[in-house]
Amino acid sequence: MLLSITGLSKSFPGTRALDNVTFNLEAGEVHALLGENGAGKSTLIKCLTGAYQRDAGEILLNGQAIHPRSTNEAQDLGIGTVYQEVNLLPNLSVAQNLLFGREPLRFGMTRGRAMRAEAEETLRTYGLDIDVTRDLGSYSVAVQQIVAIARAVQLSGKVLILDEPTASLDAEEVRMIFEVVRSLRDRGLGIIFVSHFLDQVFDLTDRLTVLRNGQHIVTERTSSVDRMQLIEHMLGHQLEEVEEKARSARGSEPDARPELLRFEGLGRRGDVEPFDLRVGQGEVIGLAGLLGSGRTESAEIMFGARAAQSGTARDADGAIAIDTPRNAIAAGFGFAPEDRKTDGIVADLSVRENIILALQASRGWARPIPRSEQKRLADMFIYRLDIRTSDAEKAVGALSGGNQQKVVLARWLAMNPRFLILDEPTRGIDVGAHAEILLLIQEMTAEGMSILVISSELDELIAISDRVIVVRDRRHVAELTGADIDRDTIVRSIAAPDAADGKAA
Amino acid sequence: MSRTLLRIAPQAITLVVLVALISVVFPGFLDISISDGRLVGPAIDILKRGASVALLAVGMTLVIATRGIDLSVGAIIAICGAIAAWGITNDYSLGTTLMMAVAAGLLAGLWNGTLVAVIGIQPIVATLILMTAGRGVAQLITEGRILTFSNDQFAYLGSGDLFGIPVPALLWPVTGVLFAIAMRRTALGLLIEAVGINRRASALAGINATLLLIAVYMASGFCAALAGIITTADIRGADANNAGLWLELDAILAVVIGGNSLMGGRFSIAASLLGAMIIQTIDTGILLAGFPSEYNLVIKAGLVIAILILQSPRLGATWTYWRYALFSRQRGGATQAVREGQE
Repeated sequence: MLLSITGLSKSFPGTRALDNVTFNLEAGEVHALLGENGAGKSTLIKCLTGAYQRDAGEILLNGQAIHPRSTNEAQDLGIGTVYQEVNLLPNLSVAQNLLFGREPLRFGMTRGRAMRAEAEETLRTYGLDIDVTRDLGSYSVAVQQIVAIARAVQLSGKVLILDEPTASLDAEEVRMIFEVVRSLRDRGLGIIFVSHFLDQVFDLTDRLTVLRNGQHIVTERTSSVDRMQLIEHMLGHQLEEVEEKARSARGSEPDARPELLRFEGLGRRGDVEPFDLRVGQGEVIGLAGLLGSGRTESAEIMFGARAAQSGTARDADGAIAIDTPRNAIAAGFGFAPEDRKTDGIVADLSVRENIILALQASRGWARPIPRSEQKRLADMFIYRLDIRTSDAEKAVGALSGGNQQKVVLARWLAMNPRFLILDEPTRGIDVGAHAEILLLIQEMTAEGMSILVISSELDELIAISDRVIVVRDRRHVAELTGADIDRDTIVRSIAAPDAADGKAA
Repeated sequence: MSRTLLRIAPQAITLVVLVALISVVFPGFLDISISDGRLVGPAIDILKRGASVALLAVGMTLVIATRGIDLSVGAIIAICGAIAAWGITNDYSLGTTLMMAVAAGLLAGLWNGTLVAVIGIQPIVATLILMTAGRGVAQLITEGRILTFSNDQFAYLGSGDLFGIPVPALLWPVTGVLFAIAMRRTALGLLIEAVGINRRASALAGINATLLLIAVYMASGFCAALAGIITTADIRGADANNAGLWLELDAILAVVIGGNSLMGGRFSIAASLLGAMIIQTIDTGILLAGFPSEYNLVIKAGLVIAILILQSPRLGATWTYWRYALFSRQRGGATQAVREGQE
């Protein structure tokens, strides 16, 4: 065993990012590390590369316990990393990048010719015959990635971590990288491959490990797992209690709802292909799909946070403008984004100010909400959503993730929107708050609000949705209603076409 | 109200301590006498001379609250001063002249704001453009000369006095109060703070962040125009090379001494104004205290460093820690010893 991790745990305030995780890597294998956002992949990698210090657990490299305290230390131990964004220096030459910090010297001066020769020789073993004196930035991202890999291997040479190295590459470039990775595997390196592209995982890797919510779910040989099982592992199975409640509550005739909104042909090249969507009054629409499938992009286009290149939105009274968030809000929309910290809360402002922010923005600056009214609204929502805070004047940044999410929800509820978009409303929050938010969604729709929920947790979607739209490869590929809303159908739609083909064959 | 007082307490205390220090070295520091129906004394002098920086600090506070910075205000002083001098020497009425100068300031702010908010250039770079180009513009207006005039009405704005107090010494508090009211009696202050802390989240909450950013730079341009008018009026002439020179740095310093974070967010105009007065008190105090003039800048730097270190949040945390440690040793020492014994 080249690398062996046991009992690895790491907590951050409010979340347990890794919980007793096991992972092992053999020399001469490519091992995929999979999981949705927040599953703990990057925390695991950061513990390995020394960017984070683990709270508990053991990491053995060739049987020796290691405690890397920095990326440099990890490198010296033999663990190198290549990230999605090439983190080399584009304005230096390929050779300089490759040998940075270890340039061949004579009398304290670098030897240009020796450097060039060494760089050329190194890259030739990667099947790359390029002019190493040109700036790195003048080459394609694929070439830059290979240079980054070569550098990482030269510096460390035992374990190579590839963190989504193919995210911005086309098919031909991916093939180039894969060849390099395979040759490194044959040389005996252990390679950890992180990717959201399941095709690539099946194509390249020998084994795979799935993490979910900071926990180790499964490690298996890639060849013995099928795509549907894998998606099941990644999306998980939780919240049966809420599910039970909702199943009984789900209306039998979903089409009986009066139509509230209708989106036609909304799309934006590179983000999501044009899609149509009807929204019924008081309806919960679930948007299912893997990360990067175009689900968040769909939501952002509907809210005007991302400009649509085509399409219209209309309600009973005719066309409505949704080209900017301001217009969408004026049309009665609300949007609680996926990344609370960067897009949702205004951390240094108080709970009160965060809650009244959207309401104040829509009233305009000249008509401030009276302080007493602000206080009343804030206290009401703190009570109604059970926001755990010492008082309304506490800075939102000091609250836990679940309570921050409730503050963002309160901001929109204060607006009383008719259509509310919730992107991953329950990610990274504790179980109690999780169930509360789902119950809240049910309450709000009972009052006639329409809600669109994006979630990686299928059970959550199944529990609360009247209708589920499946997004795959930037297209809306399926619409499920009534009895069709179950795990198997959704997973099959997400996994298609391969899985469907497999079934037919 | 008590919140506001608590917010400006460090600056107020600093100012009082400074005044006390200077009074020790120069006993007549706080003396105010009346001559020819006007108040005279070092304190009045500080209120008047600090007017330009104080005015700039008002606008700069808002810009910095949005996580920006405006390096061009010194140059805008030169431009607006030049336009005012040009207008008055070309026999425009005083009202028209002042309106032209203010309009120029607003236009300069519109330029800065557009570069920052619409085109997306970093504020320090965007305003650097006008900082360097602005004096050139001013020189074109004055045709490279020091444009002097002899209009007593206009000069009154710089060197006249109302109820015995110099006009500039009245102008900056009035401007500051009006801006503070505009910020806190409307929602502007909250919206500016929100944009400064998290522009994207604010935009998603429906705040028109682009418009707000442009407005903030225009406010800064407006304040610089006022400063340009009083500077020109005071010396009865427009000096494109030297009017407002380096004042942008004093204005930024005033905002920082006022405890406003360069990272944007919460702001206090009152604290910035106290910061401006602290700077002017140091300047004037050093002269009065009779130090050789070559020591001025070094002493000023030393005092500023001392003030900033005293305000540092990290030091504050350390101070809290030590106070707690000393407190518990004196009072709670016995109980602590017992507890330790048990463990």
